[in-house]
Amino acid sequence: MLLARLLDEKFATLYRAGKIQGGVFLGRGQEALSVSIGLALHKGDVFAPLIRDAAGRLAFGETVLDAVRTYLGSPLGPMRGRDGNVHRGKPREGYLPMISHLGAMVSVVNGALLAHKFKKISGTVGAACLGDGATSTGSFHEALNQAAVEKLPLVLVVANNQFAYSTPNASQFACAALADKAAGYGIAGHTVDGTDLSACLETVGKAVADARAGHGPQLIVADLLRLCGHGEHDDASYIPAAQKNSPQGRDCLKVAEEKILREQWADKAVLENWRAEAAREIETIVAQVQREPAPDPYEEDWTALSTKNFQEGLE
Amino acid sequence: MSITYLEAIREAQAKALRDDPRVFIYGQDVGAFGGAFKATKNLAKEFPGRVLDAPISEDAMVGAAVGAAIEGMRPIIEMQFADFSTIGFNQIVNQAATLFWRTQVSCPIVVRLPFGGTSGGGPFHSQSIETIYAHYPGLVVMTPATVEDAYAMLLEAVAIDDPVVFCEHKLLYYHLKAEKLPTEALPVGKARIAREGRDLTIVAYSAMVHEARSVKPLDTDTVMASVARTGRLLCVGESWPWGGVTAEVIARVASEGFGLLDAPPMRLNAKDTPVPYHPNLWAAHRPTARSIAANARKLLRS
Repeated sequence: MLLARLLDEKFATLYRAGKIQGGVFLGRGQEALSVSIGLALHKGDVFAPLIRDAAGRLAFGETVLDAVRTYLGSPLGPMRGRDGNVHRGKPREGYLPMISHLGAMVSVVNGALLAHKFKKISGTVGAACLGDGATSTGSFHEALNQAAVEKLPLVLVVANNQFAYSTPNASQFACAALADKAAGYGIAGHTVDGTDLSACLETVGKAVADARAGHGPQLIVADLLRLCGHGEHDDASYIPAAQKNSPQGRDCLKVAEEKILREQWADKAVLENWRAEAAREIETIVAQVQREPAPDPYEEDWTALSTKNFQEGLE
Repeated sequence: MSITYLEAIREAQAKALRDDPRVFIYGQDVGAFGGAFKATKNLAKEFPGRVLDAPISEDAMVGAAVGAAIEGMRPIIEMQFADFSTIGFNQIVNQAATLFWRTQVSCPIVVRLPFGGTSGGGPFHSQSIETIYAHYPGLVVMTPATVEDAYAMLLEAVAIDDPVVFCEHKLLYYHLKAEKLPTEALPVGKARIAREGRDLTIVAYSAMVHEARSVKPLDTDTVMASVARTGRLLCVGESWPWGGVTAEVIARVASEGFGLLDAPPMRLNAKDTPVPYHPNLWAAHRPTARSIAANARKLLRS
């Protein structure tokens, strides 16, 4: 959580300094939920994070190096400058790189789980992350229904951060609670306070365990507030102050740190040390990646097909 | 003993299922029912658990195919009609077609599209939409025009590591027959010269005339060599006139072989309206033997 927060903040700094091409999207306020997913998943599971899941990605096993290389467009990164920022992953390791179309990754997770079924691999789960806005898409509906029909161990995690870009919940859906949708698909639904790490660990842990035990798809809806703009280009001036000051607007990282101190699991000095260590790791890696060469269009093979002789337009 | 284009497609799928445990079929009504056109007849029985009925969710069908392919499977998706693939369009062009480019992990899926007009099909069961898929990088678009090609190319579509949009013309399903299934075939990407000639090159695909077997990759070399002999080019397609395969062929010949042409190249496509329902209107909407012959004669006089 802390590493993800600091990594995000570094990306924001680099963005403001003009060192990052394209957008930067932070998970500020969503780290407790996100990290809970990454921690509940094991090797062999499938994970399709969304734009605000730096914490979940790191917990699932992504390295800071891969994240930085993707944001800085390094050809040594997993996306080699062909795709950037939050569009990163390693499909062979169950870590799926999102496309921008919301809800589209959920059925891809379903397909991976279906393949596990064909290959007689049991005990694996797949988690897909979405926001409140994605619940309005056809893809969300089709995929959730598909998972239900095939009884797949899908855990669909909705971070209800109250706004899809600038659009508030009231213009996004009309049901009382998003988790109520679970009943319509015949699957289990869970709600959780997304600002509370302990609650997230428990709820996500239980949902993932239920899916793993063969109890079918699980829908988790976490209530929280996005503590930043949609991207770093957005000042989020449309979020009312009252909402920012409500319990929903608590910073999950602060809440977790306060609990750690209160429970005396660690003292302030230890927390400071964690922060300094994480910051140092990030600075070292960013400095390393900044020295790496940029992608070279003359080195690029410009081939979108693995069957090379089918590629058109090559000289 | 003869075999139809449709039976060839069924046989190819049976062979793929038999030979490769990674293959499965997923689509609406493909299971016990055997598919809307019976292209999967008895396959669910012969291959239990590997021919799955899908909910009416084209987006999720293709998305699931991509996920399964990532995990090493070789899914065949049957769209009930090509027209409905627009619901899965996003997953085909943005998910499947970009995966290899973005990650170097290939995406071996086949999306079968029963396409093209049949009498009484109307606007939503008749479309020819190979063009829009061919427009996107990262996809192979096949348009088999013979029974032999339907069989051999579908097997190759399953075998190759890239996403293939496999366009099966519904008019050919029952009308085309062959004596037996082929044991060898031209490689995909290679056009067939249906009939050698000196006067005119007619480039067509699928139910029109038999030449371009895959529209992407497009075998420009064979077309160019033919135009070099004839000096005249007529391109025929059942799809709509704006852009498309016929436009692409003419653009390539004009830009790479302008000097080979003795007359302005000609295109013949469907009219720029939705596909009409009534047979009288439908027959006039698309190129027919008569309109192709009339245009060919016109081109020979020019």
